[in-house]
Amino acid sequence: MRRVIFKMDIIRTKDVVYEYIRRDDEGEVVGITTAVDHVSLSVQQGDFIAILGHNGSGKSTLAKHFNAILLPEEGSVWVDGKLTSEEDKLWDIRQSAGMVFQNPDNQIIAQVVEEDVGFGPENMGVPTEEIWRRVEKSLKDVGMYEYRKASPNKLSGGQKQRISIAGVLAMKPKCIILDEPTAMLDPKGRREVIEAVTELNKKEGVTVILITHYMEEVVGADKVFVMDGGKVVMQGTPRQVFSLVEDLKALRLDVPQVTLLAWELKKRGLELPEGILTKEELTESLAEAYGR
Amino acid sequence: MSMIVDHINYIYARDTENPVYALKDICLTIPDGQFIGVIGHTGSGKSTLMQHLNGLLKASTGSIYFNGEDIYDKGYDLKKLRTRVGLVFQYPEHQLFAETVFADVCYGPKNLKLEKQEVELRAYDALRKVGFPEELFFTSPFDLSGGQKRRAAIAGVLAMRPEILILDEPTAGLDPKGRDEILDQIKKLQTKENMTIILVSHSMEDVAEYVDRIVVMNDGEVFLDNTPKEVFGHYKELEKIGLAAPQVTYIMNGLYERGIPVSTEATTISEAADEIMRVFNKSNN
Repeated sequence: MRRVIFKMDIIRTKDVVYEYIRRDDEGEVVGITTAVDHVSLSVQQGDFIAILGHNGSGKSTLAKHFNAILLPEEGSVWVDGKLTSEEDKLWDIRQSAGMVFQNPDNQIIAQVVEEDVGFGPENMGVPTEEIWRRVEKSLKDVGMYEYRKASPNKLSGGQKQRISIAGVLAMKPKCIILDEPTAMLDPKGRREVIEAVTELNKKEGVTVILITHYMEEVVGADKVFVMDGGKVVMQGTPRQVFSLVEDLKALRLDVPQVTLLAWELKKRGLELPEGILTKEELTESLAEAYGR
Repeated sequence: MSMIVDHINYIYARDTENPVYALKDICLTIPDGQFIGVIGHTGSGKSTLMQHLNGLLKASTGSIYFNGEDIYDKGYDLKKLRTRVGLVFQYPEHQLFAETVFADVCYGPKNLKLEKQEVELRAYDALRKVGFPEELFFTSPFDLSGGQKRRAAIAGVLAMRPEILILDEPTAGLDPKGRDEILDQIKKLQTKENMTIILVSHSMEDVAEYVDRIVVMNDGEVFLDNTPKEVFGHYKELEKIGLAAPQVTYIMNGLYERGIPVSTEATTISEAADEIMRVFNKSNN
């Protein structure tokens, strides 16, 4: 019955708990860290979701449950209606939800870009002709088609990361999970990756779950989850979440620079609306206040 | 007491038909006590240049002078140079190896053949300077959070008591608070100890907030070398070479174009707020 009820949810978690157990040399337990603490949430097909949280807040551990890299110790996770704890569903789940990590150099294996992108579907036993079709489409989707014959190690960080994304896309996932994909990139690389991901979401309807420490990258998301101590402590639209400047700072987080500047100006007595997110909004509000 | 980089080139495949210039005719003067930011896209030569400053790489042509001595002279003690010019690599926590944080930080000074007491004094001092919590001195580095590991690794280099501290993206992967804490501690090394700091960073906002001077690298060359205000004034050129200005620069330019007479020089939030308030208060009076 559950499958019918949660049909629109690509990912759903219920009371998920995951603990890291630390042991000494003799194997005695010296400490337990509850990385994910009774998290229940759902992500709808086609949404762009961001997860924020300080280092050690549990966001990466939670994300690893979204494609069954980790299995919950308590509670359940459904990916595209399939329970991750059912072992025979593992490959279906990994195909529905693909993951991109922080360091592109650890994710690229082949000597030629198109071979790397084709690796996933080849492993799934996709017929050769279909593989090439998918490789072409995926590379075009991330704007890297002209580099299909290039060697990955000649590419910039942003380009490598887009190759990693194309590699996941070639498996035709419904959902892509990106764990700090821009942490190691220069400004241009960061912009390229975020633009590519946004396009996929808007044009192809791929669900995106983005974990990041760059608040600017979150502004366009449909929904933001904020984690602390393994729990989801805030959720809402970027505008709702980023209105809580002081609460976010208490969670070791920040708000986009535009929002911070607007907040600072309000504190100094200017009348501006709550939760300004973009440069354009701030410019318009200030121009209005100035009588322009 | 300073470092002078004098027309250095670093060339790969030098004796072939297609030599590649990783560094091209670099000239820099690095005075004592300055906080310098180095920005540039991936592959622009930033890290290659940093490795020249402490003698890990040797220039193909040109010279580097440290405190008046040519580091390429025969008999120059490069080992000593490396203790005076400390280099913290990207993700330095991957190099932590000892059983406790304290032992890890002691490793450098111990190799300098100092007295045990002096070694421990330096380790203690270095950990304190990076704001590492005292109750964790004797835990395993592997039980620490990302930010704490990063601090422990930086302390390992500080314990050598360098005159110049080079940090290659010390905040990559840290949460916003952790990023601010580490940069604040580094800034204190400059203001309190008069240490020269060279910060390689991809965050234009961080660079704008902390440094006195920015060196912009592009294709192995120095593209710009000036104060943050001057450098970010060239934001359109920076975009062409894969960089950007801090968000604030774009906001101020947007306001100016919209007819609000602000100066577009501000590069940090507080400068921008001051400038906007100045203009608004003036129009009210």
